[in-house]
Amino acid sequence: MTGKAAIVGIGATEFSKNSGRSELRLAIECITAALADAGIAPEEVNGLLTLTMDNNGVGSVARSLGIRSVSLFAEIPGGGGGGCGTVALAAAAIEAGLADVVVCYRAMNERSQERFGLPTATYGGGGLATSAAIDRSWHAPYGLSTPASTIGMTARRYMHEYGATSEDFGRVSVASRRHAATNPKAWFYGKPITLEDHQASRMIVDPLHLLDCCQESDGGVAIVVVSAERARAAARASGAGASGAGGVLISGAAQGMGPEPVLMSNYYRDVITTTQETGIAARQLWQQSGLSAADIDVAILYDHFTPAVLMQLEALGFCGVGEAPDFIRDGAIEIDGRLPVNTHGGQLGEAYIHGFNGIAEAVRQLRGTAVNQVADARHVVVTSGSHVPTSALVLSRL
Amino acid sequence: MTDLTVGAVSPFALPRRGRSFPAMNQDTAFFWEGTKAHQLLIQRCTSCGRLRHPPGPACPHCHSFEWNTVVSAGTGTLYSFVVQRHPTAPAFDGPAVIVLVELDEGVRVISNVAIDPDTLVIGERLEVGFVDQDEGFTVTEFHRPN
Repeated sequence: MTGKAAIVGIGATEFSKNSGRSELRLAIECITAALADAGIAPEEVNGLLTLTMDNNGVGSVARSLGIRSVSLFAEIPGGGGGGCGTVALAAAAIEAGLADVVVCYRAMNERSQERFGLPTATYGGGGLATSAAIDRSWHAPYGLSTPASTIGMTARRYMHEYGATSEDFGRVSVASRRHAATNPKAWFYGKPITLEDHQASRMIVDPLHLLDCCQESDGGVAIVVVSAERARAAARASGAGASGAGGVLISGAAQGMGPEPVLMSNYYRDVITTTQETGIAARQLWQQSGLSAADIDVAILYDHFTPAVLMQLEALGFCGVGEAPDFIRDGAIEIDGRLPVNTHGGQLGEAYIHGFNGIAEAVRQLRGTAVNQVADARHVVVTSGSHVPTSALVLSRL
Repeated sequence: MTDLTVGAVSPFALPRRGRSFPAMNQDTAFFWEGTKAHQLLIQRCTSCGRLRHPPGPACPHCHSFEWNTVVSAGTGTLYSFVVQRHPTAPAFDGPAVIVLVELDEGVRVISNVAIDPDTLVIGERLEVGFVDQDEGFTVTEFHRPN
């Protein structure tokens, strides 16, 4: 699966803390915006993909869009790990001839309606003993039941093994907020932070401060995928030439699930201070695309929590295991650094749309239309949630 | 055994009611029956002898469905820990000190300690205890060896 499909449209709602609209409306708004961006009519869509965690079923979306014939529909598990996986499945399905125009979407009122940052509810005691409920039962009775606490356990061990500090985590946050500060669509537009701000922010789950944690957001993002051939033809028809217009090539797309997975709490494998799932996806990306970390101009790394960005830099091969704190110390991941990361502000700074907003940013970087544009960006790597069954993409100029 | 659950004594006291009730099935109920009897049980494959936690229906190494349990010595080392401060963990009045303990038998378990987290050191020795819950199940806790 190399270079046979392309992203030709991106669309989003505004990012807020209270959309005031239904989640389904957010989905339809971002999907119609993405289709308009692609120049494709809704009736042409015959593939719909989202996450199992999305509350907008593919049937409701198809009905609302007036699509009468859908040949591909699926939901990817793994929470925020699934975003790039929807695009990977879209690309594979298009290459296999299962669909022609596939929309990947994620829309949620995840601040005003359902807060992911709260502890997950009580299980058992008459509830269904699903495998997920059983898995959570090893942790939830002890109070380990928020995303921050599950990653915090890994982060503490990472600090112990490699001498990483809270300041090392903070530099990720400072970089993201610098980028968000100049992105008018970011929630934290005009609000950069310093490392001192990070250190002074309250503890959420030791060792994680508030400013180590992504936002909770309302909003939606949609991505339109078609064949690379169709994308090139559309570019030629628009007069922009085969390498211009709105299309970007999917030059690598993969999922990854590591050994002994337990939700986001992989504490039972030999080494817990790496994100092996991202590494498994990364190896496929480099193999499919023929590229390596050295070829990447911009990285969009899933920043649910700052330590996860460090571990993903290592899993992707930008530096060795345990070396990310040194790699970023001189500002390497800021807009003027060696490897700009999360140029839109990430989920720490722009919005938390389960990483779909990061896929859109990668497309903008390759189109040359990002607010914090990296000059001559040719290849962008995008990851989905780390430490869970995940996925990743390499996108390139068409 | 020292009572570690008296709220007035420690801001890190361990609650006796209101915790998430564990879900269980035929593969995992033995663990909770064990804690109720104040035993920490580890699942053991009777074909290849390997221990596993969390428990499951089959051995991930030899794929045998045959298993029994061993009673853990209850001793191990602190592998990692977090302090859940915000929001407060369900049932906890104050910060929940949550530990990942590597048992001497080689498997890891999640539990709590009623110890000031500022004094915790990764690698230090811990031993198991049990906290009965009003709802009828029992959880583990760990403390420093006497």
